[in-house]
Order: sequence, then structure tokens, then C-alpha cells
Amino acid sequence: MEVVNIIPLFVVLPLAGAFLITLAGKYLKRAPDILTNLTTFALLAASIFSVRIAWQHGVLVYNVGAWQIPYGIAMVLDGLSSFMLVTVNLVAFCISVFSIDYMKKFTSKWKFGSLFLLMLAGMNGVIITGDLFNLFVFLEIASVASYALVAFGTEKEELEAAFKYAVMSTVGSLFILMGIVFLYSYTSTLNMADMASVLIQKGGGNITLLVSVLFIMGFGLKAALVPFHAWLPDAHPSAPAPISAMLSGVLIKSLGVYAICRIFFNVIGVTPETLSILMFLGALSMVIGVYLAIGQWDFKRLLAYHSISQIGYVFLGIGLGTPLGIFAGLFHLFNHSVFKSLLFLDSGAVEYSTGTRQLKEMGGLSSRMPVTGATSLVASMSIAGVPPFNGFWSKLLIIVACVQAGRYGYAFWAVLASVMTLASFTKVLKYAFYDRLKEAMSQVKEVPVFMKLSMSALAVVCVLAGLLLIGGWNDALLDRARDVLLEGTKYAVIVFKGIDLG
Amino acid sequence: MTPYLLCLTLFAIGLYCVLRKRNLIKMIVGIIIAEYAVNLFFIMVAYRVQGRSPIYSPEARITNMVDALPQALVLTSIVIGLATTALLAAIAMRIYEKYKTFDITKIRELRG
Repeated sequence: MEVVNIIPLFVVLPLAGAFLITLAGKYLKRAPDILTNLTTFALLAASIFSVRIAWQHGVLVYNVGAWQIPYGIAMVLDGLSSFMLVTVNLVAFCISVFSIDYMKKFTSKWKFGSLFLLMLAGMNGVIITGDLFNLFVFLEIASVASYALVAFGTEKEELEAAFKYAVMSTVGSLFILMGIVFLYSYTSTLNMADMASVLIQKGGGNITLLVSVLFIMGFGLKAALVPFHAWLPDAHPSAPAPISAMLSGVLIKSLGVYAICRIFFNVIGVTPETLSILMFLGALSMVIGVYLAIGQWDFKRLLAYHSISQIGYVFLGIGLGTPLGIFAGLFHLFNHSVFKSLLFLDSGAVEYSTGTRQLKEMGGLSSRMPVTGATSLVASMSIAGVPPFNGFWSKLLIIVACVQAGRYGYAFWAVLASVMTLASFTKVLKYAFYDRLKEAMSQVKEVPVFMKLSMSALAVVCVLAGLLLIGGWNDALLDRARDVLLEGTKYAVIVFKGIDLG
Repeated sequence: MTPYLLCLTLFAIGLYCVLRKRNLIKMIVGIIIAEYAVNLFFIMVAYRVQGRSPIYSPEARITNMVDALPQALVLTSIVIGLATTALLAAIAMRIYEKYKTFDITKIRELRG
């Protein structure tokens, strides 16, 4: 088997899994769990393997249906894609293990399994594709599956949140489609590499300005940057906990951050103006998100506001445009995926055992639920940026990058937001886990084994992710991803060279 | 130029509907209108005056064909729109079952 044939597997496997689950899930009780976990495990293995391939070969291009670029749809695997694939599939695997036990209380588990895999197929597709319209199609697959998953509980709150999310997100998609139409009419091609080379030859002009605005609005809505964030604090807490973890952990990153990076850096080409807009929106989200989070008493809602704030950090880092800034932004993206999904799983575990999400009703839970307590301590310390954990390293790097670039104001805001994050998570830990044990909570039991297993696995990743900064590891994963963004619109040349190799 | 402006107007009407209407169904209709405006725009980009259909035949000289690719893409986009609309309508129906109303000012469990 040629090594290039691994690329379509990232879309084919979850699609096949979703299909098989709908077929078998109604009749066989264990089938949804087994199929979901097998698929996500296979995807995780394949994504780790893809890092190795991307390291050996540089760029690999798979032509769907053997149509050559620029006529057919191409799938491109490079450093950035393989980095994102590892992030998405690692989190997805842990979440699918978690949901074995968690989803027992819901009826029709097979619908959950197949929607989950569809969403995963959409996300992997967005990451792996090299074609702009195809990116839109995968983006919509992931989005539609996520609307349905937010409404999965079909209670008042979930339905309302899902409707709000679906309406806003659809409007965002329309802006993205509009941008794609303008780019197509200007360049007469849809392949990203081809488009980049046409744009270099013809020069951008006003059309790229218009398209940039449309894309920032559209993808900014998907990534929940601050002026477009209103749907996130409703939608993310309303979903079942594994889906909250999936949405906050990886969906807003693969659909929002990754798409913005790929299109602005590699296709349109960044200008100092777009970078400063991204940086400004990032800093705004960072501060406003954490400011709104501090006053929240609903555990999951508080976490959702922190997602907005942490996405701000990622955009601030990437918007700096310096090698260190982009490196730090991508590293923070990985770290945030891990610790935010862990926090949402913890909140799910607490809800599973106690039946409440209100911090004021909890108290002293860590004596009754030692694993949940310990893993939330790790995750909270990570997100707040306390030294040995992963969040500290990436935030430190972002702040250092700001100072290096001479952006002292942004560095100040980043430090301030970090202090406020620490304050708000001290509140969570105090009220939920370390206060006096309340009377009502004295009968609480620890969660079942699979939930403990997946939470512990994510906590271990939180502790060890700092190791990614050491020589060999960062060469393979983060440096490669950063180089893809730094090479900018030379991407076109590199992709066309990748075809000759394949 | 006029068709493009009309298309933009259609898009604006759709967005206005989404933003200002209080009825869930009218919001869905607004989304459909905005979606159709974008699809129409995509088709108009590919249109050529006096263009012929892009079918290859040995004897005909191939001049001035309309661009066939956007038509295929718009078909995909319409199907995506169908999925979104169906899901939105299903959610709206469930909301109606819970609240007995489509008025969003009366459906307020969540803040902000």
C-alpha cells in the first residue's frame, strides 16, 4: 500500500463508522460503543502515523478520483494538517471512551454515536482538504452534526440554544460561501494551492480586502471571536458533557482557527493589517471572555466563557506573525484542546454524580470523588498557567513573543487575563471541590471506570505536554506546523512539488 | 450591474428577516432567502451573455460556453441548505411543543 493512501482514511473511517452504527445500532446494544471507540482509536493511530509521514515526506497530495490538480479535489497532508489531526483525534478518542458510561442515561445512543462520528468526519475533512469549496462542504457537515448534538437532550434549554447556534452559524456559513464565490470569480479555480499562485500573479487588490472581511466575519463566527461570540455561552453548556468537550475543545479550533490560518496565511497571503485585526480581536476576546466568566455560577457556562478567552490567546499568538508567536499560538491551541475538554468532562462527571451544575450547591466533592477532584485540579492549574503544567509554557511563550515584537500593551493584557483566569478557577476549586462537604452531597459516588480512565489520560497529557518543547518532539510536531504558516503563499509551489513526489 | 444589485438586495432582505423577525418560522424563511441569494449570485458569476451549454460535441466549435463548475457547486450548496433548513424546522417544531408559541420574546430560558 502506498503511503499516500492514508490521507483519505481520515474522512472515510468516521463516515463508514457512522453508517455502520445507524445500520447495526438499533438492534445490537453494544455496537454503538464498540464501533465509535474502534473508529476513534484507529483515527488516533492513523494521525500519529501521519505525523511521521509528514516528517519524512514534507508534503503529500492525494488526488481524489485520480483527477489531477487543479481539476479535481486534492487532499493535502503537511505539517499543520498532521498537527491538527493529532489534536482533534486525541481529544475525540478520550471523549468517546468517556461517553461509554456517560451516555447511558440518554435513550437512542446509536444516534449519538453516528452524529459524533459525522462531526469528526467533518472536522478531519476541513483539516485535510486542499480545496476551498470542499472545505465549505466539510465545514457544513461538522456544523449540522453539531447543531443536532447540541439539541440532543431535547429539553427547553437545549432546543433554544441549538436554534440560536444554528441560525448564527448558518449566517456565518453564508458569509464564507460568499467569500468563496468572490475568490472563484476572480481566480477561476477552487484549489487552494492553484488559487494562491493565481493571486500572486494577478495581484490581490480590492477583491482580497473584501474577501478578507467576509472570511473574518464567517470564520470568526465559527471560532467565537468576541463580537461574534454570543452563541457560544448558550450552545456549549447545553450540549451533553462529551459534546461540550468536543465543541469547546476542537470544533471551534478546526473550523475557526485552522481555517483562518490556512486561508489567510497560505492562500490570500497575510498583510500587516489582517494580522493586526486578528491580534486586536484576539486580545479583545481574551479580556472580555475572562471578565464575563468571573461572575458565572454555572460550572459549564463559566467554562464556555473561558473558551472564548483562551481562543483569544491563540489568535493573539498567531496574529503576532513572528515565528515564536505562531509557535506559541499553535502550542496553546493544542494545550487548550486538552485541558478544556478535560474540564468539560470533569463538569460532566460532577453533573453525572450530583445532578447539578451550580457551583453554590456543590462543596467538598474531592473527598467523595478523588479522581474527578484531582483531574480538575490539574486542568484548572493548566488553564490558569501555573508552572509545571502545559498552559504555563504556552502562555509564557505568547507573552515573551509579545514583548519580543515590541507589543508591550498586548503583553500586559495577556498577563492580566491570565491572573483573572487564575482567580476564577480558584473560585471553582474552592466552591466545588475543597469547601466543607455539604449535607446533600454526602452520598455522592465516584463516576464509573471508563469516565475515570479518560479523565486520567487527559490529565496525564496535561502534565506531559510541556515535553513537546524539548528538541526532537517539537521538531516533528510544532515546528513543522509553524513552518507551514511561515512559508506563506509559497505553499502553492510546495504543494505542486508534492504532487511530483506522490 | 442591476442583477447583482438586486441579488444583494435579496441577501439584505434575508439578513433583515433573520435579525429583526420575532417568529421562529420567519427567521428560518429569512435564512432560506439569504441562502438563495448567495446561490443565485454564484450562478450569475458563471453566466455569459449568449453563452451555450457546456456540452462537448465533435462538430460544434467550442466558443463562449457558460462555466459549468458553479452549477455543480450550487447543487451541493442547495443540498446543504436543505439539511440545515430541515434541522432548523425540526428544532422549531420541538420548541413549539414545549412552549406552545413561535414568538422568541416569549422563549427566554437563557440569557446573553
